[in-house]
Amino acid sequence: MSSAMIDRILDAVIDTFYLVICSGVIGIVLGIMMGVALYVTRENRIMALPALNRVISLIVNVGRSVPFIILMLALAPFTRWLVGSYIGTTAALVPLSIAAIPFVARLVEGALNEVPHGLIEAAESMGATPWQIITRVLLPEARGGLITAATITIIALIGYSAMAGAIGAGGLGAVAYNYGYSRYNPMVMLVTVLIMVVMVQGVQMLGDFLVHRSRHR
Amino acid sequence: MIRLENVTRVYGQGAGAVTALKDVNLEVAPGSITGVIGVSGAGKSTLIRCVNLLERPTRGRVFVADQELTALNKEALRKARHGIGMIFQHFNLLESRTVRGNIGLPLELIGTPRRDIDQRIDELLELTGLAERANAYPAALSGGQKQRVAIARALASNPKALLCDEATSALDPQTTSAILTLLRDINQRLGLTILLITHEMEVVRTICDQVALISGGALVETAPVGDFFTRPATEEGRLFLNDFLQLAPSNALLQRLSDGGAGNGVPVVRLTFRGQSLSSELMTHLEQRFGLRLHILQARVENIQGRTLGLMIAEFDGDRDIIDDAMAHLHTLDVQTEVLGHVQRHD
Ligand SMILES: Nc1ncnc2c1ncn2[C@@H]1O[C@H](COP(=O)(O)OP(=O)(O)O)[C@@H](O)[C@H]1O
Ligand SMILES: [Mg+2]
Repeated sequence: MSSAMIDRILDAVIDTFYLVICSGVIGIVLGIMMGVALYVTRENRIMALPALNRVISLIVNVGRSVPFIILMLALAPFTRWLVGSYIGTTAALVPLSIAAIPFVARLVEGALNEVPHGLIEAAESMGATPWQIITRVLLPEARGGLITAATITIIALIGYSAMAGAIGAGGLGAVAYNYGYSRYNPMVMLVTVLIMVVMVQGVQMLGDFLVHRSRHR
Repeated sequence: MIRLENVTRVYGQGAGAVTALKDVNLEVAPGSITGVIGVSGAGKSTLIRCVNLLERPTRGRVFVADQELTALNKEALRKARHGIGMIFQHFNLLESRTVRGNIGLPLELIGTPRRDIDQRIDELLELTGLAERANAYPAALSGGQKQRVAIARALASNPKALLCDEATSALDPQTTSAILTLLRDINQRLGLTILLITHEMEVVRTICDQVALISGGALVETAPVGDFFTRPATEEGRLFLNDFLQLAPSNALLQRLSDGGAGNGVPVVRLTFRGQSLSSELMTHLEQRFGLRLHILQARVENIQGRTLGLMIAEFDGDRDIIDDAMAHLHTLDVQTEVLGHVQRHD
């Protein structure tokens, strides 16, 4: 491999990190908010609003049922309106973040469902407000599940970002497509695949470590 | 301190509706401990959860410390709940917080300054004997320790009343006894009013001043504990008591009773002594004055809140006149008698 190619790959790694980290942060923060909303508005919950719950649930299901590659194309006009272009690394952040939100929301809802109902009752018996129950009981008690959700999301985003890269977002996907595939350079293909495997592995190990540390048992 | 007025709670609607509480009236005096006892499904949990409105009564009014909770809006109800502690069968501690963190939670919710919270936690650790485990996580604690943490947490905001939902039902007998002692201690030291629910008579006997028996969602009998254990007013009360005292005839005796000797057999009598013990004097008296021969088959003496309760099953061997006279004499002494059946004479 030429040193120019090595530079290209290093740049691509940085682009991929940028894509995954930025869309991950946006997706996870908004996804947690949406997941909490899904959880608390359900019937018999602390802010029961069944009608609103059904609406949120529908949005989440639609968001999750559209394949990422289609979502990205479908969002192109919106992306252009938002960031001025639908091609490029920053433009790719829009569909990546939007794809992550419903994905995170469902995982977060699942993690919150694992919190024993008795804890919420105990908090209510102490006179906690719904907001206090969310911030002092639900989220801290679901910490392990939330970290797992974040791990799964980041790993999914590494895959999505490569897909986005193949159609103009830059990053490792672009390198693999332009040099490994179109110009048939098996070495480049192999290296990009290996780098992605290492990234996924690293994220998984970090996630497992954090989950382990958050469990007090 | 706590008063329920005509509280009814219906779950569901139409044909499938379940009336879990029927027109319940209950008053818990300030500084006293009241136990609500009943079998599983009788409505105990529903009743105690109606006191702090975790469960809203379908009808009726709830008062705590002269405040009608059923008339409050959400915000005022939350404030009122700061004055009512609650502990649970399964402790309900936050696994993500240490013992200290759990105890401090109610004060964080009120917005107490950190320094005051820490000081209060120290006092409560002392009171509940948890100082050594202050920084442990609940997962590392025994059931008894977890319930102590829950008690400390419930007391953090200086409540006037404490609700205990089957607080000892998940604990072994020794731990149960230690927790009950702690509750009694807190009740006496802090003058805290306690309402507890349980299916165990032992719990009522150990710490309660007043007992209310719930059956099918209705309170069938409310009485001072000493009275309830010595003279329950209702059939349900008697059943509960007999079950607890286990002075039911043994299997061997039941066999002999069914073998009969109806016409000429010897009566087997269950005697209940209230407020006095089964004195040997009385036995001697019956034998010497009436010429009655007593064969004691089973006996038990209990001390309940300073009052004695004696139970005995005995064969009354003698002529019918003698037996009738002896029974009449026992009745004048306020000893309750119940003929369980007849058995063949021994010899
Ligand atoms: N959330 C509920 N929905 C419907 N029925 C309920 C509910 N909670 C309790 N019940 C019914 O109310 C009755 C009393 O229940 P509960 O108060 O839990 O009794 P206990 O605590 O004495 O065992 C039972 O028949 C139970 O099935
Ligand atoms: Mg119950």
